[in-house]
Amino acid sequence: MNLDAIHQLFAITLPESILEIASILILVVDLGFFRTPARRAAHAARMTTASVLGVLGCLASLAWLIAHPATASVMDGALVATPVVAAAQAGILALTALVLVLGLTSRFTRNPGEYVALVLLSTTGMMLVAAARDLLLIFVALELLSLSLYVLAAFSKSSPRSAEAALKYYLFGGMSAAFLLFGFSYLYGIAGTTSLVGIAAALATGTTPLALVALVLVAVGLGFKVAVVPFHLWAPDTYQGAPAPVAALIASGSKVASFAVLIAVTAALIPSPGWTEVLLAMAAASILLGNLAALVQTSVRRLLAYSAIAHAGYMLLGISAHSPQSNQAVLLYALTYALTTVGAFAVVAIVERQSGHDRFSPDRPGSDRPGSDRLDAFAGLSARNPILAGTLLLFLLSLAGIPPLVGFWVKFNLFAAVLQSPSAHTWSLAAVILAVAASAVSLYYYLQVLKRAYVLPPAHPEPIPVSFVEMTVLVLIALATLALGLAPNLLVQWIPIG
Amino acid sequence: MMPILTVLTALPVLGAVVAILSGNRAKLVAAVFALAALAGSLWVWFSVGAGGHMMLVERSAWVPDLGIEYHLGVDGLGALMLLLSAIVTLMAIAASRAVPAQPGQTEASSQPGLYFALILLLESGLFGTFTALNFFHWFLYWELSLIPAFFLIKLWGGAKRGPAATQFFVYTMVGSVALLLSFLALFVATGGMDFEALAHFAATGELHRLIEAHLGHVELILALGVLLGFAVKVPLMPFHTWLPDTYAEAPTPITMLLTGAMSKMGVYGLLRLALPIFGRELFAIRTPLLSLAVLTVVAGAWAAVVQKDLKRIFAYSSINHLGYCLLALFAVLLPAAGDPARALSHAAALDGVVLQMFNHGLTAAAIFWFLSMLESRSGGSLALDAFGGLRKPAPVFCGLMGIALFSSLGLPGLNGFVSEFLIFRGVFPLAWLAATISVLGLLITAAVILTVIQRVFTGPVNERYQSMPDLTTAERVLVAPALALMLLLGLAPQLILGTVNPTVVHWIAGWRF
Amino acid sequence: MLALTIYISFAGALLLALMPKATPALARAVALVTALAGFSVALLGFFSPASSAFIADCAWIPSLGIRYTLAADGISRVLVLLTGLAAVSGVLFSWNIARRTSEFFAFFLALIGGVYGVFLSADLFLLFVFYEIAIVPKYFLIAIWGSTRREYAAMKLALYSFLGSAMVLVGLLAAYAVSGGHSMNLQALAQYPFPVAFQMWAFPLVFVGFAILAGMWPFHTWAPTGHVAAPTAASMLLAGVVMKLGAYGCLRVAMTLFPHGLDPWGWSFLGIGSWRMVFALFAVIGIVYGAAVALVQNDFKFVIGYSSVSHMGLVLLGLMTLSQIGLDGAVLQMFSHGILAGLLFATVGRIVYERAHTRDLDALSRMHLGKSMPFAAWLFVLAGMASMGLPGFSGFIAELQVLIGAWTAFPWFAAVAGVGIVVGVAYTWRAMQRAFFTDAPAPSAAPHTPDASEHSFEPITWAEKAGVLLLLAASLAVGLYPRLLLDAITPAVLALPHTLLTGGRL
Repeated sequence: MNLDAIHQLFAITLPESILEIASILILVVDLGFFRTPARRAAHAARMTTASVLGVLGCLASLAWLIAHPATASVMDGALVATPVVAAAQAGILALTALVLVLGLTSRFTRNPGEYVALVLLSTTGMMLVAAARDLLLIFVALELLSLSLYVLAAFSKSSPRSAEAALKYYLFGGMSAAFLLFGFSYLYGIAGTTSLVGIAAALATGTTPLALVALVLVAVGLGFKVAVVPFHLWAPDTYQGAPAPVAALIASGSKVASFAVLIAVTAALIPSPGWTEVLLAMAAASILLGNLAALVQTSVRRLLAYSAIAHAGYMLLGISAHSPQSNQAVLLYALTYALTTVGAFAVVAIVERQSGHDRFSPDRPGSDRPGSDRLDAFAGLSARNPILAGTLLLFLLSLAGIPPLVGFWVKFNLFAAVLQSPSAHTWSLAAVILAVAASAVSLYYYLQVLKRAYVLPPAHPEPIPVSFVEMTVLVLIALATLALGLAPNLLVQWIPIG
Repeated sequence: MMPILTVLTALPVLGAVVAILSGNRAKLVAAVFALAALAGSLWVWFSVGAGGHMMLVERSAWVPDLGIEYHLGVDGLGALMLLLSAIVTLMAIAASRAVPAQPGQTEASSQPGLYFALILLLESGLFGTFTALNFFHWFLYWELSLIPAFFLIKLWGGAKRGPAATQFFVYTMVGSVALLLSFLALFVATGGMDFEALAHFAATGELHRLIEAHLGHVELILALGVLLGFAVKVPLMPFHTWLPDTYAEAPTPITMLLTGAMSKMGVYGLLRLALPIFGRELFAIRTPLLSLAVLTVVAGAWAAVVQKDLKRIFAYSSINHLGYCLLALFAVLLPAAGDPARALSHAAALDGVVLQMFNHGLTAAAIFWFLSMLESRSGGSLALDAFGGLRKPAPVFCGLMGIALFSSLGLPGLNGFVSEFLIFRGVFPLAWLAATISVLGLLITAAVILTVIQRVFTGPVNERYQSMPDLTTAERVLVAPALALMLLLGLAPQLILGTVNPTVVHWIAGWRF
Repeated sequence: MLALTIYISFAGALLLALMPKATPALARAVALVTALAGFSVALLGFFSPASSAFIADCAWIPSLGIRYTLAADGISRVLVLLTGLAAVSGVLFSWNIARRTSEFFAFFLALIGGVYGVFLSADLFLLFVFYEIAIVPKYFLIAIWGSTRREYAAMKLALYSFLGSAMVLVGLLAAYAVSGGHSMNLQALAQYPFPVAFQMWAFPLVFVGFAILAGMWPFHTWAPTGHVAAPTAASMLLAGVVMKLGAYGCLRVAMTLFPHGLDPWGWSFLGIGSWRMVFALFAVIGIVYGAAVALVQNDFKFVIGYSSVSHMGLVLLGLMTLSQIGLDGAVLQMFSHGILAGLLFATVGRIVYERAHTRDLDALSRMHLGKSMPFAAWLFVLAGMASMGLPGFSGFIAELQVLIGAWTAFPWFAAVAGVGIVVGVAYTWRAMQRAFFTDAPAPSAAPHTPDASEHSFEPITWAEKAGVLLLLAASLAVGLYPRLLLDAITPAVLALPHTLLTGGRL
């Protein structure tokens, strides 16, 4: 590796490096300035400082990414920089920044420095995952991402649910990592290389039964990351138990990164027979089970988790089509879905916080749980805070795919791309019909939440206070779902067809 | 030129608006407008004269795509029916109380304005029906005349007025829908809904061909649909079951309108639509139709015998009287071209039909008017057996009502005789068997009417009506013109036939069976 | 210019959404001004056809070839006019909404805006967007401000609508993909020769998808419950314009794109040999079934709700006649039913129910409403007459044309539809008699109360009178001078694909 290559490697990983530096800086500031016995700063100040630094780090990284568009490939193609990768990375950075801003007032941890530093670390992992084109690098980046998230999920140390969530996430994740690694090793065995390009070439020359085993193992490993049936079991518990910002991060940035890598892996495995079918089967199962299970949930977080499974199914459907258009459509879907979900989780967090207040109000004896995300906690939201209810309305309707919100447009785009892809066949049409029908069903459970918010009278009439920053960000996200739906071109022209 | 027919039709509508606003003076207002309408009808009548063909025609485009055209015109029949409607409406208004009582309601809430407004609307519907020459607005009036009649019965009728009104309405609507569907089919076949154009198509045989081409062999079904519409209205047995209840439950002045004018809409429809357009098809089923007509004549008369209520007796008697019209109408369903004797019979029968329409309208309205006077004196009861010997306390009433009854019976010298004579003169050569059996109807009717005279006017005086007041001067003055007209027409039927006969001749020249 | 109707309505909705604390009076005023402005534009646009043929056309999503294209032919202009009328009268009949007034009108105007949009869209993607926009506010209007079983009804309505639109979406996606994915423009796609085998499954899919919203039997069950539960203005809109969205979609999208879906299958079962026969049969069953069920209802609003099913059956029958006159009639019936259903729901839901506080016909029959509420009684008589298709009102001329069309296409269905009309007379008359004109004595328990209760109803407000006048005038105007609308409808119908005017066979 000559100096030029090192220079280039440094150049295209500079955004990741910025995040690393920011996370170290945060640890230093938090430990060095706020933890000294002389200055035991208030929790809020520490949280704010750490978050602001984290957001600044993200923004700096984002600015660099946008200012220096590059098309490069380093380390023999193990790491690439293309406009598509840059778009995914920029999306991940923006989502992380939003999660940090919306988590500003969170009280779940006594260690805000570590929390923000870990968030930035996992973001680094996500960015690397999106750019990696080599089995080893993919695995390492995925582990960086996952390990940070395991820890983050357990960050609410006083909550048993958080511990449970983290443990489940960890156990399932560890097992799936093992499967993935096993599968990767088979692929290496078949192709003699860890490069995706090389594997594609090797699979194209002919297949062995071994390849099928490898495919299944890879499907298990990656299926876990994107939470599709039948590897979804961790999702509802983790979404429910993890601290809200962490759950949002798992549902947003992590999803975007995982789908980005799935697209890349699919590009390598598509020559092998069976891969499309495996993807389609998982997609159909996720769409069905996700939507049906969501119908009966009473916890909004679990509801969002099952809806996430269903959405992962739609995206998997897009990946199975594997045309440039459908890949672009999947990325668009993942990004906008993640944006909307971050907003929805923020509203859920606010309602939970408030229902914690409700529970400690004089007329109701205290409970061991700080807040509730049960459907009934949303009753009368529109009377308690109309703007908050309005943003929730837009988020959920966008998730349900109601025009003119962005959720509709990306769905349309995705399904149109699937049907138009050269590899489309009867089963893709059947899957699209299933997906469209299921998304009609999905309206039911989104409306269950909205019904509480708009139709039912509030159990506690007092208004829900929301900080100015949170409200501004929420309104901006909501406006973005509307604006991107009205003018999808804003997003499309920014994400090239790969 | 002034569109006299349009104005004439609109006049009662205007009257209705004024009447509804004038509260307790509504009767006066209504009478004024009805008089004006009568004057207008008279003018139309004299303008038509011995023309025979359509006159006072008004045409203007309306919805050309659908063959809809605003087309009005009257011949002798139309003019006579206008006159009859105007007269009967005036009689009905005269027979009504200024503040018609609604059962179970105080006078204050009886809405006289509404009552008289509805009567005037009904008159407007009648005028429209008798002048329209395009199916579209003809049907409009045909249907719209139902609504006021329905509410007049519904709101001011007797004890069982609710079911009676509904029965009346639904029966007539069933007929109307059949009529409508048939005319839609005609439109599909010919692209037009103008009566004269359709009649012309039928006369040339073109209609038959067009229907075959567009719809297949459905002429007979269409003819039956049209026939059903009118058969319910006249009525032709067995489609009559709505009638006795309706006539009995309606307030008596409204019964005058129903029997005097509205029942003529059915006969008019047969003359104007069914025979000219579906003559061929009806000719094919002439025998069954004649049988039904004979049934109507005989059974109508016989049913009157067994009734115990005066209104019901005259309701069935009405069925019987209009049965003669139907008999004649179906009897003339025979080709007459090139056969002068048969053409003469046709002319006699049809003259008789038209004259009978007018006479029956006038006479039946008069009889029900007398019944309403009797009703107001008896406190509502009209049972046949409740009275007796009325000629003692109320000789003038009995005398005048007697004239009307004898007219109905067909006594020579009164108007009823002339028309029934003409009908039988025409029918005998055309359908001797039917005519012979129908004579039975004449006899039974005579028996019925004589029974009524005997039970009500003569015999021992019922104590309750010992001091029944006779007709007041006002009542006498009001009734007198109607009775005078009966006498006049009995002696000089030419007054009407002079206008009607040219029309009938014109028809016979045009119709093809 | 007609595009303004969309923008005005959404602007009004947005304004009201942004002022949730506004007083009811202010909210009403804003809503009325918005609705009137939209109506004025619709009226102006209706009488200036030249300026509305192409309204707007600009690139929207170039990557998919989707454009923001608005255009209006005669059919669109008629339905836009109807929407304007329904909007104004809907606001007038919602004058008494006192709870969350500005939210109510915000949803109301959003719905109206969506409806305007559907009728004006010339790009299928855009049309679908507006179509769905129109669905969501219905849910909230019913669920928040409704009555009987409102949450159930609202959810049922929303799910039915979405299942329908999912079917439509699949069809549109397939059509888009099959045609190469260059454009969603209606005209462009209609020119594309879709394979007949494709049309054979895409047509019923899209047609049924839309027809669900049009209340086609056997997918009608959302309609009565939805109508009954909805607040008056929402019932008026639901029956008045939302069901028309479905029928409009059937004609504009399903039939225009896939005219060969109506061709015979090549085999037949019990005389049913094409989708056309299937849907005509459904339509006729709907006509008779809706009327028959209306005949035995005891809830006044259910009578009207089922009557809507019956009347929309006529629209669908008219569409299936595939003749100029039948299609004319179907469009006219859409307009007419929009007006009359609005009027009936206003009478029953607002004027009677808000005063008598019951819709039970038995209970109403003891109230002597004919005396104590003569306005309502005579209004219902007029509206009922119009609804049962008496000549002089708009319903007659529409039914006339549909039946004429049916006579040529399926004579037996025309006859059966005639039966449906007779039953229609019966249920209207029955409801009218029992609600307003029975003279069953008041219950003996309280012999002296009738007089007291008879006169205790609050007087009819100016808003109600104005709304009634508007709708009645519209129905009469169209009934007496149908060319008012037909002159606009006929050229538009003639411009439809040729196969739609010639019985589907060439």
